[in-house]
Amino acid sequence: MSRLVVLCLSLIPFTVAAQDAKKEIEKYQQMLGEGSPAELWELEGEALWKKPQGPSNASLEKCDLGLGAGKVPGAYARLPRYFKDTDQVQDLESRLVSCMSALQGRSRAEATKRVFGNADTPSELEYLVAWIVGQSRGHKMAAPVSHPKERASYELGKKVFFYRAGNWDFSCASCHGEADKRIRMQELPVLSEPAGAQLAYTTWPAYRVSSSQLKTMQWRINDCYRQMRFPEPEFASESTIALTHYLAVTAKGGAYRGPGTKR
Amino acid sequence: MAAGPMKMRATLGSGYTDVRVLMTHPMTTAQSNQPLHFIQNITVKQNGKTVVEAQISQAVSRNPVFTFRIKGGAKGDKIEVSWLDNKGESNKIESAVA
Repeated sequence: MSRLVVLCLSLIPFTVAAQDAKKEIEKYQQMLGEGSPAELWELEGEALWKKPQGPSNASLEKCDLGLGAGKVPGAYARLPRYFKDTDQVQDLESRLVSCMSALQGRSRAEATKRVFGNADTPSELEYLVAWIVGQSRGHKMAAPVSHPKERASYELGKKVFFYRAGNWDFSCASCHGEADKRIRMQELPVLSEPAGAQLAYTTWPAYRVSSSQLKTMQWRINDCYRQMRFPEPEFASESTIALTHYLAVTAKGGAYRGPGTKR
Repeated sequence: MAAGPMKMRATLGSGYTDVRVLMTHPMTTAQSNQPLHFIQNITVKQNGKTVVEAQISQAVSRNPVFTFRIKGGAKGDKIEVSWLDNKGESNKIESAVA
C-alpha cells in the first residue's frame, strides 16, 4: 500500500516536469525565432535575385513564380503549381532552376551543381529561397489543384507519403502518421492532416541553429529519405515535387510563417 | 571575403531603447580545423556617443544575434553597431530608433 502511494506521488512531479519542459521548449523556440539569422539569408537572397549572372548576364527579376513575371509577394504560398512554359508542376526550387536557364542562359547542370550548401558557403538556392519564402509571410497557403497535372501530382505525392520501402520498410507516415509522437524532444506532426501539415509546412524552409544553415524544402525531403534509409532522391525530381505538393495542399489555409528557425 | 550583411531593429520602450542586431560571421573556434576567426569587439553608439563596448570570444555562436537595452532615448535617435574581428575585418550598421 505504502509503495503504491509513493508510486502515485512520484508520478505527479513527472507530469508537471513534462509540461514545464514543453513550455520551456516553446519559450526557447520563440526566442530562436526573434532575430533569426534567417533574416540574413533573406538579405543575401534579395541581392542575388537582382544580380545579373550567367551567359545572358541577366538577373532573376523577370522570373515568373506563378503570379506573373517578377511578382514575388505571396508567390510561395501558391506553390507548387503547374507552369505552362515548362508543362510541369514545379516547386520553388525547380522553378528557380527553370528561370536560371530561361533568363540567365545557364544550363540545368551548372545551376544545380551545388543545391545544398554548408555553413561556410551556403548555396545560391538557399539564399534565394530564404528571400522568396519570406515574401509570403502572412499569406494563406493556397497551392492549387485545379489543373489535371496538379491533381496528378497531388495524388502521386499522397502515394509517395504512404509508400513503404527501404531497409526499414519505412514511409513518411511511419513517423508523421500518428498523433503525439516525437523523437527526443522533437514533436512529429501528422502531415496527412491539415492541422499537422499547417504547423510544419508553414515554418519550412528554416534556419537550423545546430548547423548554422538555412535548409530548403528539397533538403528537408532529401534528409527524410536519408533517415528512412531510402536511396537519395534526385534533386527536384517528380516525386519530391509531388510530395511537397501533397504537403502544401494539405496545409491549405494555414498562414505562412517562414522562413522558420529550428533547433 | 567581404563581410556579410547585418540587420538591426531599434525600438523605443518606456524609458529605454531596445536594440536587436544580427551579424553574419563564421565565428570559427579552435575546435574546427580552420584558422581562428571570430568577432572580438562590439561597439554600440547612440547619436555618436559610445554606450556599449563589448569584448566577446569564440564562445559566441556563428551568425550571432545580440540585444541591448539602453537607458532613455527618443524616436529618430541614430544607433550604430559595429564589430571588429581578430583578422581586423569589420562591419557596421546604422538605423534610426522607431
